[in-house]
Amino acid sequence: MNLDRELAWLIVAVVVILVVASLVSRVLRRRAKTEGARATVENVISRTRAWWAMVAIFTFAILIGKTGTVILFGLLSFMALREFLTLTPTRPGDHRTLFWVFFIITPLHYWYLLDGWYGMFSIFIPVYAFLFVPMRSALAGDCERFLERTAKIQWGLLICVYCVSHAPGLLMLDLRDYGGQNAKLLFWFVIIVEISDVLQYVWGKTCGRRKIAPKVSPNKTWEGLVGGGLCTIVLGTSLCWVTPYSPLQAAGMSFIIVLTGFLGGLVMSAIKRDRGVKDWGHAIAGHGGVMDRLDSLCFAAPVVFHLTRYGFDSHALLQAF
Amino acid sequence: MISGFIAGSLRLATGATAWWRGCGPELRQRIYFANHTSNLDGPLLWASLPPVLREKTRMVAAHDYWSVGRLRPWLAQSVFRAVLIERKKPTAECNPLDVMLQAMGEDHSLIIFPEGGRQTSPDPQPFKAGLYHLARRRPDVELVPVWMENLSRILPKGEFLPAPLLGSLVFGEPIRLEEGETKPAFLDRARESVICLRQSSCA
Repeated sequence: MNLDRELAWLIVAVVVILVVASLVSRVLRRRAKTEGARATVENVISRTRAWWAMVAIFTFAILIGKTGTVILFGLLSFMALREFLTLTPTRPGDHRTLFWVFFIITPLHYWYLLDGWYGMFSIFIPVYAFLFVPMRSALAGDCERFLERTAKIQWGLLICVYCVSHAPGLLMLDLRDYGGQNAKLLFWFVIIVEISDVLQYVWGKTCGRRKIAPKVSPNKTWEGLVGGGLCTIVLGTSLCWVTPYSPLQAAGMSFIIVLTGFLGGLVMSAIKRDRGVKDWGHAIAGHGGVMDRLDSLCFAAPVVFHLTRYGFDSHALLQAF
Repeated sequence: MISGFIAGSLRLATGATAWWRGCGPELRQRIYFANHTSNLDGPLLWASLPPVLREKTRMVAAHDYWSVGRLRPWLAQSVFRAVLIERKKPTAECNPLDVMLQAMGEDHSLIIFPEGGRQTSPDPQPFKAGLYHLARRRPDVELVPVWMENLSRILPKGEFLPAPLLGSLVFGEPIRLEEGETKPAFLDRARESVICLRQSSCA
């Protein structure tokens, strides 16, 4: 059990946000006049309902402890990779490679994380899996679009497994004056990543005008990014008491989360658009696939993990010299 | 109970979503016919039907495959209640058509794969005549085309271990044998109706 008073407050805060969101969306449903507005509100309602479930599952995993959280993120990686590779046209020659990727490489990587073997955790996928994937596919003997197929599998592994795993990786850091409290840092990180998405969506829907990249993602606007981003930074800073960061550092981290999360969402949208789909899958009602909720986290997690490790981890500081 | 559990596991393992495009999941006598690329096809189509329909739907499968070992005959008989037909050397005593007609009886639906075996080509092979004969003998039954997407990537022919990609099934608009329609024309039309359900074609 990880529950201390600060974590309890964080959970209460999230529940309050969800209650408010549920009430507001009910009120909006009564006010919606046009067809388009009604569709948007219905989507917001089903999204909020799914958020309740997601928050419940995540909180439960955090309360169980390290093992529960690592298993949860391992499953999320598995599901995200599944969506990613389903949209990636592989050939029969890749079949056994895919088996390895899903059932050997992904669990092993999460095992290294749970084991706290930092060195292996950081090089297993970028070095060993990177080399293994083309070797296994070459043995199958199909040369057609070989580099393209291999690169896509490697990319999927890096994004869906390697990058995502850096979020639970926050639990393994040995932070100065913060021993045994890492669950709160992970909780804070996930709240900020997801609230940044939500606030950018809300700001974009209500006062978004100027599109940032209409071809890639028509819903992303400057108003959404700046308005949602600023609100997120204020929230992230005001919650700095649960993190190892000072208020200024928390603001900086929130800024980095907003920026990397936004750009990550843009990258993943570009891939979806190229494949001609709107969502990664149908796993979460109202949201699309698992990857539709993890896209920002994929890009923010490694950056926040390493900044925190270099800046606040006692071992890393010693190793640096 | 066991069959419900197996159906649930099949849907979970293949991540399969069923899209009822051209018809709804209604309880009436039907023949579902689909493209065939994987051993999972029949069981998954069966598993994707709502329980009430599932109870009244039997998949038609090859006797030579499903009677080997211990697990397969048990699955075929007790779980899928498959209609096993002789596809290699049909004789007068075990004519596949009679077996299928008998299995349908008054209120059962069938799942058949008219290509006659699992294919590895991207497009379905020409259909065998069984579907035509069934349509001629039972003109009252709806023929529902089904496209099975990605199953060949989950468990391809000749592989034992699966890759957990996401599959999907699209149920199309029912067809019937038209008055005076010839066998080749009907089989062609039936095949087209399956191909049409694939996302990329016939937009």
